[in-house]
Amino acid sequence: MLRVYRTIKDVAGPLILVENVKGVKYGEVVSVEMPSGEVRQAKVLDAESNRALLQLFEGSWGLDVRDTKIFFREKAQKLDVSRDMLGGIFDGVGRVRDGGPRIIPEKKLDINGQPINPYARDYPSEFIQTGISAIDGLNSLVRGQKLPIFSGAGLPHAELAAQIARQAKVLGDEASNFAVVFGAMGITFEEANYFITSFEKAGALERTVLFLNLANEPVIERISTPRVALTAAEYFAFDLGMHVLVILTDMTNYCEALREVSAARREIPGRRGYPGYMYTDLATIYERAGRIKDNPGSITLIPILSMPEDDKTHPIPDLTGYITEGQIILSRDLHRKGIYPPIDVLPSLSRLKDKGIGEGKTREDHADTMNQLYAAYARGRDARELAGILGESALTETDRIMAKFAEAFEERYIKQGIDQDRSIIETLELGWELLSILPREELKRVHQEYIDKYLPAS
Amino acid sequence: MSTGEIIRVAGPLVIATGLTGVKMYDVVLAGHEKLIGEIVEVRGDKVYIQVYEETTGIGPGEPVESTGQPLSVELGPGIIGGFYDGIQRPLNLLYETSGDRISRGIKVRSVDLERRWEFVPVLEAGAEVGPGDVLGTVQETTLVVHKIMVPPGISGKLAWIKGGRFTIEEPVAEVQTAKRVERITMLQKWPVRMHRPYRKKLNPYAPLVTGQRVIDTLFPVAKGGTACIPGPFGSGKTVVQHQLAKWADADIIVYIGCGERGNEMTDVLLSFPELKDPKSGRPLMERTILIANTSDMPVAAREASIYTGITIAEYFRDMGYDVALMADSTSRWAEALREMSGRLEEMPGEEGYPAYLGSRIAEFYERAGRVLCYGSEPGKDSREGTITAIGAVSPPGGDFSEPVTQNTLRVAKVFWGLDANLAYRRHFPAINWLQSYSLYLSTVDAYLAEHNQFEFSKNRQRAMALLQEESELEEIVRLVGMDALSTNDRLKLEVARLIREDFLHQNAFDDVDTYTSLTKQGRMLKLILLFYDAAKSALRKGESLDKLLKAKVLERMAKAKFIPEDRLAEFDDIEREILESLAGGEEVA
Repeated sequence: MLRVYRTIKDVAGPLILVENVKGVKYGEVVSVEMPSGEVRQAKVLDAESNRALLQLFEGSWGLDVRDTKIFFREKAQKLDVSRDMLGGIFDGVGRVRDGGPRIIPEKKLDINGQPINPYARDYPSEFIQTGISAIDGLNSLVRGQKLPIFSGAGLPHAELAAQIARQAKVLGDEASNFAVVFGAMGITFEEANYFITSFEKAGALERTVLFLNLANEPVIERISTPRVALTAAEYFAFDLGMHVLVILTDMTNYCEALREVSAARREIPGRRGYPGYMYTDLATIYERAGRIKDNPGSITLIPILSMPEDDKTHPIPDLTGYITEGQIILSRDLHRKGIYPPIDVLPSLSRLKDKGIGEGKTREDHADTMNQLYAAYARGRDARELAGILGESALTETDRIMAKFAEAFEERYIKQGIDQDRSIIETLELGWELLSILPREELKRVHQEYIDKYLPAS
Repeated sequence: MSTGEIIRVAGPLVIATGLTGVKMYDVVLAGHEKLIGEIVEVRGDKVYIQVYEETTGIGPGEPVESTGQPLSVELGPGIIGGFYDGIQRPLNLLYETSGDRISRGIKVRSVDLERRWEFVPVLEAGAEVGPGDVLGTVQETTLVVHKIMVPPGISGKLAWIKGGRFTIEEPVAEVQTAKRVERITMLQKWPVRMHRPYRKKLNPYAPLVTGQRVIDTLFPVAKGGTACIPGPFGSGKTVVQHQLAKWADADIIVYIGCGERGNEMTDVLLSFPELKDPKSGRPLMERTILIANTSDMPVAAREASIYTGITIAEYFRDMGYDVALMADSTSRWAEALREMSGRLEEMPGEEGYPAYLGSRIAEFYERAGRVLCYGSEPGKDSREGTITAIGAVSPPGGDFSEPVTQNTLRVAKVFWGLDANLAYRRHFPAINWLQSYSLYLSTVDAYLAEHNQFEFSKNRQRAMALLQEESELEEIVRLVGMDALSTNDRLKLEVARLIREDFLHQNAFDDVDTYTSLTKQGRMLKLILLFYDAAKSALRKGESLDKLLKAKVLERMAKAKFIPEDRLAEFDDIEREILESLAGGEEVA
């Protein structure tokens, strides 16, 4: 049933109030036809008996209250998906961009997805080798995990994410069916182009789908971009059985768009003006990653967000950290020291690593060495700090060694080339080499048998 | 049963008119798809409904139907091992009917109605019975004997009772009450927002042994007590909750995943059937009930999940069991309250939370406790049951001054404060020993004294004192350096480090270290204090500290956590080595 109304009462930012409407459904998608003939889409936010509040997915530029028509069609916002999307470039709401070929849809999918029954989930446990020691050795990524990169302005998160996308592989399954879905929200042309060139260089562009909403494009479309990207990813993963790596950047811009809509709706703001439901909203995005029982595909999600003022307690990184399965945090200090990737391993974490490492996955000594490297590096950093205040002489002998260890750890373990692809065995051996700096009685977190087997003779 | 019409839909809030004779908290079915909702406000003829399922596609003009019943859970054999959503729908049945994704409007029963259970009567016809009296038992799993009790509100003479294999809806007995004959089945229903009655509330008495050293030794929780675990993300709240669910010496575990990650629930679901209970060797799933309302599932059902969980816990408490309930995380529950409150346009309190946040939290924790159960008259059958409630709190930005943490601290008696800095250096469980507290220390000490374990309490006090002193000494070191300390103080620092690294640090993923019995905990702590005493006296005799700290026995002490429970005699050996290597002085390597 198609109903047309020309009864717009108010327009405020992305919101439209329509009166004298009948039979409106909550959440339904409507078409808005501008006086110019252009058609945009909007969603019902509040359905009452005779009026409805709509939220535009695109900008409200050019809209008027007199001639604009609203078409109610009783359908949800859908994305046309097809295998042919691979290699394509789309805009933030999923339309073909820059005169690319039209997609003949194999399916039309609701971009909001549906919650996954936790009973249907399969626990992610396949180790992904990214070739980056700070990740593989200490914060291992597994297939189906959601692991964000917390970054800040001026830090090389794009380089890191692109390196992961280029190098990521599952050992013993190199030839598998993989795809990369890239969703860009409010980033600059240059940054987007960096990713495109990087995928191209790795020969992965024909396995990549890009959804781009650049900095100068309508803010409101950013609300749809991650959902559109994940809808495509779900199709590739769970319909076509592919292993999909999704990179979303920059989630901070997404959250800001969310705040804008919330402010326009005059909702009671939560912390720092962000809406109280931001946790739930982000969860409906991040939780779409994962694995499903009896399904060969997977979605691994790497959202990138820039922390305002490098503040980890800001609502965006904070709520993200509560939903995602860990976080990779970049450090300005390391970056200044010239260490790439500047991963601050202490606050970084991968929650799913424990099931992805160890015998049969990486190597039996992985967990122990990881814990030991962490503990020693933490103590070494403390010692280094103390030495900075009181001078080297104030340290005990052990602490002096620890400080030396911390230095070597940053220079040799964390630091690596932007194209350097270290195998997990190389990473583990490097770890043992560094542990041999420490006195043996300090290796408390390693089982004796591994010390005997792997510790290089000094 | 009355019907009405929807006039407004905004997210999980549906407003309807035309419903007559409805009561607050009655369950209603909204829309053509009959979505489950609950009445949360009545204004004139307008009824405000909180809907537990996704409301997209529902609109004004659609019908609503009142069931006249409050939101209830179904209780009876078959709920152990269950995996439910926030309103007690089995997720495995939802999976069978609707596949990988949760769709809405599905009606499934909470417990299997087809399955037959062997009912063994313990009473005979003619007996006088009252509410809570045990009529008979069902061996539900190897670990759990499900007691079939007379439902609250029924008392009289047992007309007949029979054993055999029955489904939960078939009568197993009849009670002749003053007014009429009541049929009794193995299935009971109870409204979730009302606590189940008991005879008398008692003070907690025994400790809940969790196998986690920092908890059992330093900050114990009593059976029937309340505890909270606030901490920023990445500090290990969920791992602590999982550890408690695995190893706590309770009879029944109710685990509520409230607005948290889907994979965490999957992890529990996949790992619990494989983990063995340390006492019986049976799979842990045989004593566990899981309730999962993950963060991507509808928000309103998150609010209900906490009540669903605690009502199930109360039912098992009434059988005389020790129940431990974990809620991860109560902050998500509070956020669901906030969201509903915002939609109802209530006046917000602190940080947008409703003004009644504190009272709701208090109400929840107060449903925990140790009670004398109904049906336990002196001389007849005196049953005591406990519910230990342990709630995780996720304060935004790790800031404990926020309303949910503060309101929780006002009611919970044990505070395990998680510390991001400990987590960064991979000291797990990252429970900060200077910040945390337990108000059950005296209860637990009295219990230990009764069991002649005076040394345990004494050693705890010594360890706590050393940790306190360490933080003061570290302050000095930070200002003037290590050289300023006397050798005795430096020894104290080293011993405190041993307590932290060799005792408090515990690896949840190591097969042996994941669980430590109270006996082993006592021996481990004793080892460190014995070293301290021996080293002190060696220092007095003029031994150098550096030499003492190179003692070979320290390496053995560090590995003591990996000594299996059945080889505790090794501790005698290490103790001997400490005395030998330190007392003489010459033998120090």
